[in-house]
Amino acid sequence: MSEEMRVVAGRVRAAQAGTGGFLRALLAVVWKDLAAELRSRELISAMLVFALLVILIFNFALELDPRTRSTVTSGVLWVTFAFAGTLGLNRSMAIEKDRGCLDGLLLAPVDRSAIYFGKAIGNLVFMLMVEAIVLPVYTVLYSVNLFHPGLILVIFLGSIGYTAIGTLLASMAVHTRTRDILLPILLFPVAIPVLIAAVKASAGFLEAIPLEEIMPWLNLIIAYDVIFIAVAFMVFDFIVEE
Amino acid sequence: MEPKPRFLTILDSISAVLFVVALGMVFFYAPTERVMGAVQRVFYFHVATAWVGMLGFMAAGVAGVAYLLSSDRKWDTVSLAAVEISLVFFFVTIIMGSIWARPAWGTWWTWEPRLTTAAIVELIYAAYLMLRQGIEDPDRRARFGAVYTILGFISVPATFLSIRLYRTIHPTVFGVSSPEAEGEFSMTPPMLQTLIFSVLTFSVIFASLLWHRIRLGRLAEKVEQLRLKIAH
Repeated sequence: MSEEMRVVAGRVRAAQAGTGGFLRALLAVVWKDLAAELRSRELISAMLVFALLVILIFNFALELDPRTRSTVTSGVLWVTFAFAGTLGLNRSMAIEKDRGCLDGLLLAPVDRSAIYFGKAIGNLVFMLMVEAIVLPVYTVLYSVNLFHPGLILVIFLGSIGYTAIGTLLASMAVHTRTRDILLPILLFPVAIPVLIAAVKASAGFLEAIPLEEIMPWLNLIIAYDVIFIAVAFMVFDFIVEE
Repeated sequence: MEPKPRFLTILDSISAVLFVVALGMVFFYAPTERVMGAVQRVFYFHVATAWVGMLGFMAAGVAGVAYLLSSDRKWDTVSLAAVEISLVFFFVTIIMGSIWARPAWGTWWTWEPRLTTAAIVELIYAAYLMLRQGIEDPDRRARFGAVYTILGFISVPATFLSIRLYRTIHPTVFGVSSPEAEGEFSMTPPMLQTLIFSVLTFSVIFASLLWHRIRLGRLAEKVEQLRLKIAH
């Protein structure tokens, strides 16, 4: 067991003692991910550079002139987020597995779902950070104002659903022989409802469509979030079981 | 090796006979549709394979839940068998649909809810097979497979709903079609009888194939165990 692992396991175990153990264990996992990222800045920088490259490629692939821009912006944004998100999800699970940290986490006497929610929230934070940088950059590059509260709400809700299912599938993919290529193959077909709804809702807010017409999409995202968080909560134990 | 059960042989013969009868009904008993002509005859097997394929995916999800609850590997074999057969059935559905769509809609393919959902369903279960392929430990393979069939089966209705929010041109032969639907027709009693018979036929074929595939799965498991025994 490495020094770092022992510290983490100790912190998680300490968190378990006393009341509100679940919440503290969860926060300990989130904190561990954030602290590790703060020191190395591996994940965020890779995701960010990747996201900007995707936007750059779209710029040439789609000829983002002002007329096309208004209709494809939400699509470009969500493809970028989805791709960058996959990168982060893969990495965040791979480092746990490679350095044996996952075993250390699982040995800690805490509810396993606290580990799932901790990892999922960590991934969500990374994804939101990337989005928070991509949005202003996109705004500057293409002079489309993306700072619409509705759009930000959609991005927040959509990212929740995407990371909820993504974290679950990443913890599965990491145990396979072909893990790096497998995650997007597993994730995209299952995440399609939330991606479609997010693209449509984002486009709705950007084109200032009346709220009643956007509501079905928003409801779909919320329903997806709730259902998949609940399912992930129920099945995560089976994934990490040895 | 266990011998082939007698009832399975009987089931095979029943499937073969039913299939020939269904084919005969499609071509000689059901009347030719007035507007679309002979190509409408694709409809009977198209609906039958789609229906049975969907039930098969549902069965795979249920078997997945059963596996997670019981940790009995037999459910994993059932789940895998159902997914494999349903994948083929669904593929047949899509091909037959395309054959019909070409004259009826003037295109082989269109991004319409049912078609898109069918394509995504195929991708989900292809991913399922790839996931299984990448895992060596049989217990883990079974657990992950079970989880993925459950996730897949939950996401399919959501996918359909999300695409349904667009308009559809797929005809709804049962229930109310959308006003944009193209290629609609109303069924005469012989048509309905042919359809019901086709669905029955494909259900029997599915059951017989499933049984074969489960036997094959059990044999494969035995081979794996023997191989492990030799290796040790």
